Amino acid sequence: MIRLADIVKSFGDLTVLKGVSLAVREGSVTALIGPSGSGKSTLLRCVNLLEIPEAGQLVIGGETVRFTGRPPERETLRRVRRQTGMVFQNFQLFPHRTALGNVMESLIVVLKWPEAKARARALELLDKVGLADKAQAWPAQLSGGQQQRVAIARALASSPRVLLCDEPTSALDPELSLEVVEVLAQLAREGTTMLIATHDLRLAARVAQDAVLLEAGEVVEGGPAAELFTRPRQERTARFIATLGHGVVSDQGAEPG
Amino acid sequence: MPHWLQLMLDSLAPLLWACLVFTVPLTLLSFAFGLTLGFLTALARLYGPRPLVALARFYVWIIRGTPLLVQLFVIFYGLPSVGILLDAFPAALIGFTLNVGAYSSEIVRAVIASIPKGQWEASYSIGMNWAQALRRTVLPQAARTAVPPLSNTFISLVKDTSLAAAVTVPELFQAAQRIVATSYEPLIIYIEAALIYLALSSVLSALQDRLEHRLARASGLAPEAAR
Repeated sequence: MIRLADIVKSFGDLTVLKGVSLAVREGSVTALIGPSGSGKSTLLRCVNLLEIPEAGQLVIGGETVRFTGRPPERETLRRVRRQTGMVFQNFQLFPHRTALGNVMESLIVVLKWPEAKARARALELLDKVGLADKAQAWPAQLSGGQQQRVAIARALASSPRVLLCDEPTSALDPELSLEVVEVLAQLAREGTTMLIATHDLRLAARVAQDAVLLEAGEVVEGGPAAELFTRPRQERTARFIATLGHGVVSDQGAEPG
Repeated sequence: MPHWLQLMLDSLAPLLWACLVFTVPLTLLSFAFGLTLGFLTALARLYGPRPLVALARFYVWIIRGTPLLVQLFVIFYGLPSVGILLDAFPAALIGFTLNVGAYSSEIVRAVIASIPKGQWEASYSIGMNWAQALRRTVLPQAARTAVPPLSNTFISLVKDTSLAAAVTVPELFQAAQRIVATSYEPLIIYIEAALIYLALSSVLSALQDRLEHRLARASGLAPEAAR
């Protein structure tokens, strides 16, 4: 279980998250939806402490982090990040390493695995995302969809407890985003715990069991994804879903994050 | 054989000797030390605590704002007044190191800052700490961008070492001056010295090209695209 409680985060005068609480069940996928600037990305980044909230609490595995406005201990950062993997909107592959090198990086540098073992694990993951034949390719030689699949393999390398996906399909053309959706759907079937911030209704509907709508830094509504998408309880949710349905066709990748 | 050619051939051995024993070691040592100093200065300015940032800025300000020749004079002729007596070669080495350090720190700072924030975040997200992210992700990428401007610094340095003649280091240019003093042929001898500097710089340019190609290939980019 990953649990966020009363998370508050601001940038300067702007309060981006106003006491957000959220739980993700082990082995389930939660889609985090909401308009631009609603705080989805920020919330996601609070889970692996790329952003440090001012107040609230994060529980992940056996780790409980209480935010007090002071930066957390290095050891806390290390333990939390060991349990999380992240997929970025713009892939952020390491351009100076091959696909294989990207996936091996955490195993070699962070977990100090021997080279052969890391290579075997990385190849296995590249195979899982359908890119075993691209192991020696450089990121610059791969399509956007392929780069994002390598990024997913990289994020999974150290077997995180939860995979955080920040708009994983927003930078991709519809056809390319489909191959990424397929990979995420397969991971979901295998029981990978995921928290996905997305604009992509196709992705959310296909992959997530639960969905949470965030607006202006607050949770509007949360529950089973199928229900939220088809029978929203809140007027605001209904309105947002309506704009999304339109967005799938005409508005791909409109949100910067 | 024409007179000028005879003169050039006769003076070639002492000039090359001075080059090999003083110019080349002075260049290589002050570049190596200077680059180290520049790297540390850049890190201090980017990530250091406030006093260290101020110290780094002060150092760069002084060195960039004053003539290299004057700095060499202060070190070699000036410091003995306060009891610091240095031989000519170490004095020149210190002067050039401080210079390379100041100029290269600006280059290193700029190329590190040019690596997108997302690359740091991607490194943190797979569990790296700051030092690992710097060493494994940021520096290898920054190094590629840094090659052309650092090569400039290096090539300037080779030529600047001629200033060491003024603080009595018997390097290439001083050797040329000595030959002129007895042969009274400044045009021929100084042109010969200039040609040797030109040859050194050309070798460095060629090495720069090869390094750029190698680094470009090591990230799947065609060398042309990397230019």
